[in-house]
Amino acid sequence: MSEMLVTLALILGKLLFIFGVVLFMAAYLVLAERKILGRMQLRYGPNRVGPFGLMQPLADVIKLLTKEDFVPARADKWLFLIAPGITAVTALLVFAVIPFGPTLEIFGRQVPLVVVDLNIGVLYFLGVSSMAVYGVVLGGWASNSKYSLLGGVRGLSQMVSYELSLGLSLVPVIMMARSFSLTDIVMAQQSIPFMLLNPVAFGVFFICVLAESNRIPFDLPEAENELVGGFHTEYSGMRFGLFFVGEYINMVVLGSLVTVFFLGGWHGPWLPPLLWFLFKVLAVCAMFIWIRASMPRLRYDQLMNLGWKILLPLSLVNILVTGAVLLGLG
Amino acid sequence: MIATVMFYLLGAVALGATGLAIIQRNPVYAVIYLVKSIFALALIFYLLGAPLVAALQVIVYAGAIMVLFLFVIMMLEITPTSATQCTAPGWAQWSPVLLLALTLVTLTLLLIGLDPLASEGVPRWHASPRDFGYALFKEYALAVKIISFQLSFAAVGAFHVGMTERRRAQLEDES
Repeated sequence: MSEMLVTLALILGKLLFIFGVVLFMAAYLVLAERKILGRMQLRYGPNRVGPFGLMQPLADVIKLLTKEDFVPARADKWLFLIAPGITAVTALLVFAVIPFGPTLEIFGRQVPLVVVDLNIGVLYFLGVSSMAVYGVVLGGWASNSKYSLLGGVRGLSQMVSYELSLGLSLVPVIMMARSFSLTDIVMAQQSIPFMLLNPVAFGVFFICVLAESNRIPFDLPEAENELVGGFHTEYSGMRFGLFFVGEYINMVVLGSLVTVFFLGGWHGPWLPPLLWFLFKVLAVCAMFIWIRASMPRLRYDQLMNLGWKILLPLSLVNILVTGAVLLGLG
Repeated sequence: MIATVMFYLLGAVALGATGLAIIQRNPVYAVIYLVKSIFALALIFYLLGAPLVAALQVIVYAGAIMVLFLFVIMMLEITPTSATQCTAPGWAQWSPVLLLALTLVTLTLLLIGLDPLASEGVPRWHASPRDFGYALFKEYALAVKIISFQLSFAAVGAFHVGMTERRRAQLEDES
C-alpha cells in the first residue's frame, strides 16, 4: 500500500515539476521573444516593469485577468468558451511522454525523468498534436465572424497539409532507433545525434514543426494584416491569453521534441544532463524567434506547394534511402 | 476492477456520444460528438491491451478524417435552419437503415448465444507495436496486400465517378 502511495506521490511530483517549469518557461519566452525581436529591429523592447523588464510577464497576466471576458452576441457560446482550453491543454499533454533526463536514483529508488514512458510515445505525440487544431478551428467557427472563420479554415487546411510530412519525417528516426518509445530514441543517440545522421529528416521535421506552431512564416491562421487576428479576433481577456500562452507552451514542447528526436536529448559532455536538455530546448526556441524576426509570411499557394510538392515527396524518398542504407549496413 | 468500471463507463460514453451525433441538427456538433465517441473507443482499445490500435484510432479518425469532415462542413456553409427545412424521411429512407440495424442486432445476439468464449470475455493480449507489426506484415502480409489493392481500386473508381461530364468529354476529344 505504502509502495503505491510513494509511486503516486512521485508521479504527482513530476507532474507539478513539469507544469511549473513549462508554464514558467512559456511566460518568460514571451518576454525573451519581445526583447530579442526588439533588439533585432533596433529598439529596446519592454524594459519598464522591474529590473530589465523582468516582471513584464506578471504585469501581462494581471492585465489579461482583469479584462472583460467578452462573448459575441451571435457566437456559439459553449464552443467559444472551451476552444482556448483545447489549445492550451493539448500543448501541455504532449509533455507526458517527453523524457527530460536519465533515470535518477532517489533514496534507492529508480526514478525515470519522464511522466510515462509509453511504448507508442511517437504515435501519442502525433495523436495529441493532431487534436490541437480543433482549438483553432472551433474557436474560429464559434466566433461567428468572417475573419475568425477564415482563420480557422486556414489553420485546418495547413494542419492537414503538414501533418503527413511531420509523421513521415519521424519514420527514419523510428527506423534508426528501432523503437516508438521516446526514451529509447534518446538512448539510441548516445554517441551521435540523429541530426547529423539524417539531416533531411531533421530539415523536414523542423519546417513542419514551425507550421504546427502557427508561427511566422506559417502564421496564416492569424495573419493580422489580412484577417485582423484570424481565429482569435473575437477573444478577449484570459481566453485570448490561453490561446497566446498555448502558442508559447507549444514552442517549449516542440523545442523539446526536436531535442529528443534529433539533437540527442539530454546527452552531452561535461555538463549535467538536465542542463544540456534545457540548453538545447532554449537553442531551438531561440531559432524560432530568430526565424520570426527574419522571414516574411508565406503566400497561401506557396504554403500548399511547399507542403504537398516538396516536403511530402522528400520525406517519402528519405524513408526509402534510410531503409536501403540501414539494410546495406545490416 | 478499476479496468472493468472504466470499460463500462467508456462504453456508455461511446454509445451516448454516437447517439447524440446522429440526432444533432447542427453538423459541427455532430462531428464533435463523433470525435468524443472515437476517443472513448480508443481508450477502450487501450484498456484491452492494444495501444497501437488506440493511437491509430486517434490519429487516423479523430485527427485526419474528422478534420476533413469539419473542413467540408465549414466550406459548404450548412446552417442549422436549412437542416430543419427538409422534410422528414419516409419509409424508403428508413427501411435500409432498419434492415441493417436488425441484421446487426441479430448477429450480435447469435454470437453471444452461440459462442461461449464471448461470454467469458476475450483473453487479454498485450501487443507491443513490434509484435503487432510483425503479425501484420509477416503472417498476414498477403491479406494486407489484397486490402491495399482494393483501396487503390476504390480510389481509381472514385476518381472516375467524380469526374465531371465536361472533363470526360475533354479527355475523349484529346484521345
